[in-house]
Amino acid sequence: MQPYTLFDRIWDSHIVRSIEGGPDVLYIDQHYIHEVTSPQAFNGLRERGIPVFRPSSTLATADHNIPTTDQHLPIRDALSRLQVEKLAENCRMYGIRLFGLNNPDNGIVHVIGPELGYTLPGMTIVCGDSHTSTHGAFGTVAFGIGTSEVEMVLATQCILQYKPKKMRIVVDGKIQNGVTAKDVILHIISQLSAHGATGYFVEYTGGAIKNLSMEGRMTICNMSIEMGARGGLIAADDTTIDYLSMIPSVRSRSDYHKLVKKWKELKSDQGAAFDREHEFNAEDIRPMITYGTNPGMGMAIDEAIPIIASHSAGIASYNKSLEYMGFKPGMKILGHPVDYVFLGSCTNGRIEDLRAFAQMVKGKKKASNVTALIVPGSKKVEQQAINEGLDRILKDAGFELRQPGCSSCLAMNEDKIPAGKFSVSTSNRNFEGRQGPGSRTLLASPLTAAAAAVTGKITDPRDLLKD
Amino acid sequence: MSKVRFELLETTCVPLPLENIDTDQIIPARFLSATSREGFGENLFRDWRYDKSGNLSKEFILNDPRYSGQVLVAGRNFGCGSSREHAVWAIYDYGFRAVVSSNFADIFRNNSLNNGLLPVEVPEKYLRELLDLVRKNPGTRVMIDLEKQLFTVLPAGESVLFEINSYKKECLLRGLDDVDYLLNMRDLIKAYELRNTADK
Ligand code: SF4
Repeated sequence: MQPYTLFDRIWDSHIVRSIEGGPDVLYIDQHYIHEVTSPQAFNGLRERGIPVFRPSSTLATADHNIPTTDQHLPIRDALSRLQVEKLAENCRMYGIRLFGLNNPDNGIVHVIGPELGYTLPGMTIVCGDSHTSTHGAFGTVAFGIGTSEVEMVLATQCILQYKPKKMRIVVDGKIQNGVTAKDVILHIISQLSAHGATGYFVEYTGGAIKNLSMEGRMTICNMSIEMGARGGLIAADDTTIDYLSMIPSVRSRSDYHKLVKKWKELKSDQGAAFDREHEFNAEDIRPMITYGTNPGMGMAIDEAIPIIASHSAGIASYNKSLEYMGFKPGMKILGHPVDYVFLGSCTNGRIEDLRAFAQMVKGKKKASNVTALIVPGSKKVEQQAINEGLDRILKDAGFELRQPGCSSCLAMNEDKIPAGKFSVSTSNRNFEGRQGPGSRTLLASPLTAAAAAVTGKITDPRDLLKD
Repeated sequence: MSKVRFELLETTCVPLPLENIDTDQIIPARFLSATSREGFGENLFRDWRYDKSGNLSKEFILNDPRYSGQVLVAGRNFGCGSSREHAVWAIYDYGFRAVVSSNFADIFRNNSLNNGLLPVEVPEKYLRELLDLVRKNPGTRVMIDLEKQLFTVLPAGESVLFEINSYKKECLLRGLDDVDYLLNMRDLIKAYELRNTADK
């Protein structure tokens, strides 16, 4: 038998039908929805007068457009409130389970799906959200879709999709002290560029990946989209199964042992062919930071901003980007003052990220020039942080824990970074205005964010870990 | 979902010679609270089109009276970032019917095709020449023939063939819609489900 990749194995087993010269009709096991990209899809169903085909295969949450303080009060912004109410109404009407605002299981869609045990190895998963790639950390084929496709899934549990090409990224070697999964993926994107994986689905493997926790793996898969990939995935192993075995709803399933056996078999065969391969050595990776307005514009934190030849194709975009950031080619940004720090998002809003941040700021004080937004990815993460006493450590250092949501990652709610201000952010996008009109975002790990929060400037986290 | 047909298009172009234009630039997140598909064109490229005080920015190409037309020409990796279909709705609502670039982000491409906005992918070198030409001669007319998959600069007739998958081409030409297509396959889908529960 021809050797198979994990990606092919999952994809092919979900094909309902291949259209000659056209896309595949792909069956979707798990569909996630949220308030921003679903209302128009439900309107479509209404216009057609059809029901949701498999309501129990869709799970809903409110996360993008909600406040991160006083969640018990009505949402102040009328349009946002209407959007969140519309989601609740649609879920009620079509029989979809909703973990809405104030529900103890509420949170960012890509945080709650895995933590509640809805994301399981071997599944196909979609959501009207590009960071659906996060779920690939569990050995799933998970990718973001548009609202028209959300409507397709609601209507038929299927979408029409062309099969992407396959890329393998191998990361071997030991991840160094002060370096995190976030630095690994920022390094990879800086090497491959913001469009280096367009048209591909990525499988990550190698010793450094296998040694990562599930949280770290989710951070890696999450940012696959930032180099253009449809998604990224990592084969399930003992780490995956240990994580899943801790989730009561998974552990208590009558077919649990059968499932575990199946999950363990889900991997790429020896000699399976990929369309492209890249290798990295974790030992070369230092703490990373971005200096421009796409996630490919990243460098090791102690490096200088690259100087690009003036005749290069993208030079106009490059210069515009640096101008927006207020930086110059060749400049070092270590020591540059910081105004805001954001810890959170579906990239770095999990318990491990809060722990890393707390460990770094413990016994220190927040710099007076910094405004910090510490936003857990879900209610469960928030509760666990409190149980572990992280909220106290943060408080003693002058930080406050907010309530869960997407928050300043996309700044749809009130958590906006003002124009011209510098924000060291653990989220995934440094696009112009992403964190608020005119805001300047520098993407980094939770450790680097914490180092900036206590020093008030861009600081190599390894310098603080030495103390 | 669009049921509009893509007709033969002959028009002028608006050049936007920047790379990696992401969907946050096309339509910023703060305009995504609407629950219908209409009206997003008003805020297309909002933060480039208007200055901080809300006045039209003179430098931005959409505000330059010399440039207009139904085709947007932009640098590579157009539409990267968020999956928001609102970006496509905004471009379409503004009046564009096609976007020309050397490379589109995957989700953006799908979203475009699902809404009757044609993504025309041309070689990088061709794109750069086209951007130069259109910038220098705002009156340059182009023709897009989806049936023949040809993009032509008029009147010289210099054409470039562009790729589009045959299924989507059919949909655009005939104004067909994926949901209708899938709804007709419900029996097959149910059979698939049965097979798979039996496996377990
Ligand atoms: S945290 Fe940010 S990237 Fe993640 S789902 Fe929310 S808005 Fe999207």
